[in-house]
Amino acid sequence: MTSTLDAATVTMAGALNTALADALAADQGVVVFGEDVGTLGGVFRVTDGLAARFGQDRVFDTPLAEAGIVGTAIGMAMNGLRPVVEMQFDAFAYPAFEQVTSHLAKLRNRTRGAVSLPIVVRIPYGGGIGGVEHHCDSSEAYYAHTPGLRVVTPASPADAYRLLRQSIDCPDPVIFLEPKRRYWSKETAQLEAGGPALDQAAVVKRGTDVTLISYGGTVATTLEAAAAAAEEGWDAEVIDLRSLSPVDDRTLTESVRRTGRAVVIHEAAGFCGYGAEIAARLSERCFHSLQAPVLRVTGFDIPYPAPALEGHHLPSTDRILDALARLQWDDEPDERWLDSGGAHA
Amino acid sequence: MQSLDFRPFRARHWRQLFTDVSHWEPNVTAVAAHPVSSSPPAGTGLLPSGEPWQLIDPAGQPVTEAGPLPPDPTLTELYRRMVIGRRFDAQATALTKQGRLAVYPSSHGQDACQVGGVLALREQDWLFPTYRDSVAIVTRGVDPVEVLSLLRGEWHCGYDPHQHRVAPQCTPLATNTLHAVGLAHAARLKDEDTVALVLLGDGATSEGDTHEALNFAAVWKAPVVFLLQNNGYAISVPLAKQTAAPSLAHKGIGYGIPGELIDGNDAAAVYTTVQAAVERAAGGQGPTLIEALTYRIEAHTNADDATRYRNSDEVAAWLARDPLTRLEAYLRSAGQLDDDGAGRLRAEAEQFAAVLRERMNADVPADPAELFAHVYAEPTAPLREQRDSLLAELRDAGEQR
Repeated sequence: MTSTLDAATVTMAGALNTALADALAADQGVVVFGEDVGTLGGVFRVTDGLAARFGQDRVFDTPLAEAGIVGTAIGMAMNGLRPVVEMQFDAFAYPAFEQVTSHLAKLRNRTRGAVSLPIVVRIPYGGGIGGVEHHCDSSEAYYAHTPGLRVVTPASPADAYRLLRQSIDCPDPVIFLEPKRRYWSKETAQLEAGGPALDQAAVVKRGTDVTLISYGGTVATTLEAAAAAAEEGWDAEVIDLRSLSPVDDRTLTESVRRTGRAVVIHEAAGFCGYGAEIAARLSERCFHSLQAPVLRVTGFDIPYPAPALEGHHLPSTDRILDALARLQWDDEPDERWLDSGGAHA
Repeated sequence: MQSLDFRPFRARHWRQLFTDVSHWEPNVTAVAAHPVSSSPPAGTGLLPSGEPWQLIDPAGQPVTEAGPLPPDPTLTELYRRMVIGRRFDAQATALTKQGRLAVYPSSHGQDACQVGGVLALREQDWLFPTYRDSVAIVTRGVDPVEVLSLLRGEWHCGYDPHQHRVAPQCTPLATNTLHAVGLAHAARLKDEDTVALVLLGDGATSEGDTHEALNFAAVWKAPVVFLLQNNGYAISVPLAKQTAAPSLAHKGIGYGIPGELIDGNDAAAVYTTVQAAVERAAGGQGPTLIEALTYRIEAHTNADDATRYRNSDEVAAWLARDPLTRLEAYLRSAGQLDDDGAGRLRAEAEQFAAVLRERMNADVPADPAELFAHVYAEPTAPLREQRDSLLAELRDAGEQR
């Protein structure tokens, strides 16, 4: 279904709000619930006005209990509803982890397809907002590592609308990660639910020299880096993955086989992070086209830092440009690759 | 503030049940003398009675002061299903010894809860069982071979939950309580007359999910019934190490849910209490927490050694309170069962077990490709790739053979 709105300037939070409203209007089975999503409209106001418009039976506040929210959503979906639930912040979703990994992800398989759980778990994630502890985690790898879940994350308002509508319509459970530092980013766009498939990555900037791969909150940073790289003479292609699971191997390999170089950028810790999977897949699938190792620009392997220091942690344009510079442009190996083992050797 | 009726209760009396069984001798006089015991099971107060509510005592005598018994045909059916269930349970344990089942957690001793709870449900209601509730699922009408699929070590639950409205057996304990609340709440939102019965044990009450489920159910006034089979042990851990509450039924009051403490080896009491709770839920009055005191006669599973944590005297004391002998004694004294009838029931149960044995002896072909079929509604591109790779591997292995 396509929204009747004409192109307009919209924030990501506004686009998500419109997506929820349109989904509630389109399907009586859609219910929206979580902590503070009713009267308050959510701490980020993503559900603003929905309870008033659709009533307390369809948009409602729950007790403060994340396992309870996901667990009851599972029961509701077993009874034919399409719950869209909100975890208030990334790190507050952890109490629900058992319900997510042992039930939400597995119930279809455990019942040989007899039970479908069309549930969307919306989670504002990531840092960059000066948040205090436990409010800035990038938890995508936990979910992406779990078979049976789809993991989706938008980087722009138009994508936020389309991907959320598609996620709500999807028969699979979707972990919908909303990059909270982009909630107020604006875009002039027409909000449409149709278009590419839910698990299709987007080439958001064409280029020939190197593929920069990112998702969610760091796509904008990556685009800035690509613009800066152009001034240095590198024509970078930028891919926004949009779906972390399943991953769009086709778009990735097509691009990297063409450019021969790749950098993965995300703000989550690098160790066992999502970028490690992408780097491994590209090495396996594009080895003969690669001119240099696939590099990662990620957050450090530390708990998310306090506001005063988060700028040092988050991938920056400079750090992405530095990685670009290390991609074997002149056939001279980077000195760091000759180091025999690093600090732990 | 709601006025609460803090009736005196003798917590010590039953909390010591498992360390010193003499503290809970079946005592008709005590039950009859206690004012709570003769009140309706799903009643007005939130606190449970001090003594487990009972309709038929272990000797098979009706506790007339406690209230009316279910009609004789219902009692006869409760007995019949318990006889079949007990035989099924023994057959399943035997199948583990023959290697036909990977594991089987017996509910021998909990038969009254298994059968009484399920028979109190209506056609449209849902059951949310755990791994120890195979007899309950069989009683609900699910094909016993399908019920045992999971315990056979298959990768799926074996049955379509929608067919008999039975959720898959829940292995991570307590997690099913939330599913039951969600399903029940959805029924209310859809204006459907459906109640969810969730089975849990004493160990599960320590899990956070049980707390959240009781709380959500109470806040939402969800049509859900919690039937807590307190069999005294979570594998080896006795109740005293699980809780300091005067009774598990007492936990209800903290959520605003009425708690009922009943004799879980009295099928009439279980049936009557669950039925009243189902009616209450269907009538929009919200959830009920029922604690049924019972005992697991067998070890946790065939792989467990119960002698490491409990003594045979305790087991013997509970064998004397067997739910089947009790109801059989009542039915015989009421003229509802004679030797012929009992013989016919035994023969029916034997036949049930024989068919099960034969069917379980058949090997189930497992299709490796199906491992990838139901992870998502449609296999994703990476899964299709992996499936094809496995099939190619199997083809190559076949060709080499």
